[in-house]
Amino acid sequence: MSLPGAPCAGSSILGEGGGVRPPSLVERLDSRTRVILALLFAVALVTGSDVTLLTVGLGLALILALLARLPVVRTLRRMLVLEGFMLVVLALLPFSIPGRVVAEVLGFAASAEGLTRAAQITLKANAITVAVFALLGTLEVVALGRALARLGAPERLVHLFLFTVRYLDVLDREYRRLRLAMRARAFRPATGPHCWCSIGYLFGMLMVRSLERAERIDAAMRCRGFTGRFPCLHEEAESGPGALDWGVGAASTAAVTLLLVMG
Amino acid sequence: MAHIPDGVLSNPVLMVGAAVAAAGVALGLKGLDPVRVPRVAMLSSVLFVASLVHLPAGPASVHLLLNGLAGIVLGWAAFPALLVALLLQAVLFGFGGLVVLGVNTVDMALPALAAGALFRLLWRGGGPRRAAVAGAVAGGGAVLLTALMVAGVLALSGREFETAARLVILTHLPLMVVEAAFTAAALSLLARVKPEMLRGRG
Repeated sequence: MSLPGAPCAGSSILGEGGGVRPPSLVERLDSRTRVILALLFAVALVTGSDVTLLTVGLGLALILALLARLPVVRTLRRMLVLEGFMLVVLALLPFSIPGRVVAEVLGFAASAEGLTRAAQITLKANAITVAVFALLGTLEVVALGRALARLGAPERLVHLFLFTVRYLDVLDREYRRLRLAMRARAFRPATGPHCWCSIGYLFGMLMVRSLERAERIDAAMRCRGFTGRFPCLHEEAESGPGALDWGVGAASTAAVTLLLVMG
Repeated sequence: MAHIPDGVLSNPVLMVGAAVAAAGVALGLKGLDPVRVPRVAMLSSVLFVASLVHLPAGPASVHLLLNGLAGIVLGWAAFPALLVALLLQAVLFGFGGLVVLGVNTVDMALPALAAGALFRLLWRGGGPRRAAVAGAVAGGGAVLLTALMVAGVLALSGREFETAARLVILTHLPLMVVEAAFTAAALSLLARVKPEMLRGRG
């Protein structure tokens, strides 16, 4: 899946690139199976608290990533991208939960309970992030929208999602054009109201232009008889879940049952 | 910045967040005329692109939340628009998570609605300068409110997060200043060029 930050790098955000290599095991799954599996996995991990269990969960997520043929280095790097303040939250935990003291840093006592809690959060957050990348990140964004629609998400929400995805690329390019124009006039980002306001004007302009574009799009769509519905021409709409989907469904049901039984 | 990852918050907080988000999104969609969908989508992609831009602020750089601006130009449609943006960020970049999507949406969208209402109260169809002042108050206020809500859900999830909650508010203060200046500039331009956009109907 490509990012809006690199819209011109071959496979576009709409994902019509395809490629020649055979689909990976994860890619052979129905998109709906992948959405359900990701949700199930996330809920199971969030409600769990046993560190061994969570480690198994992270292992499962990494296996999924391998099956989805995610690039290893990029996945690892993304795993470490927790937001700055979350790192602070984690670092503070051993000191803010009272318990058995295992270490002292600058006169502050770190508790074993706090360390366990920090480990739990790290495991949960990373396992879910990797699983989401493996299951949903490999899905074309448009296919994700369609899967959500077929799973019963409100139609207007899905339309909003699909339109937003569609124009990300266009607007990102427009933004780059405007930034280039600013650079040609010797604008350099620096701390201060001048910079912040200039970027504010840029996005104000972008909003005005995008609204005019939306009006043209609306007119063009009505010309073509748009009635508020996207007919789906993709074959996937016709095909039901395959043997692989049933297999994965059975395996995950068994796993969840096992989890519930073991408490 | 208001992305709480999965695994931090307690289950009751997650459930309440999901319920409030579902109600807000349902209300937002109910008022969303199908004809307005391309317009709202266009604006929410502009805001998505803008939220990826890093602005220098002292030694560090910040990226904008823009929920205040979203509430001002989108009104109630900000709820579904912000949900879409957060879902995309989770899937594309791994910011935030799946189960916390509800809480994160509420943390962003409720301040957005408040900012929209506050802006219209202060602006009242006045000139660009008035729009800039009202925009600065609403944009900065939305960031502050979001920081307070993030801190609040952290503190509600456990006593151990209280220090972290205070830090969240502190780290959002510089962003508040940057965002106030940004929103003021964007809105004074909109008030000059397309004032009908500021009536909160997308």
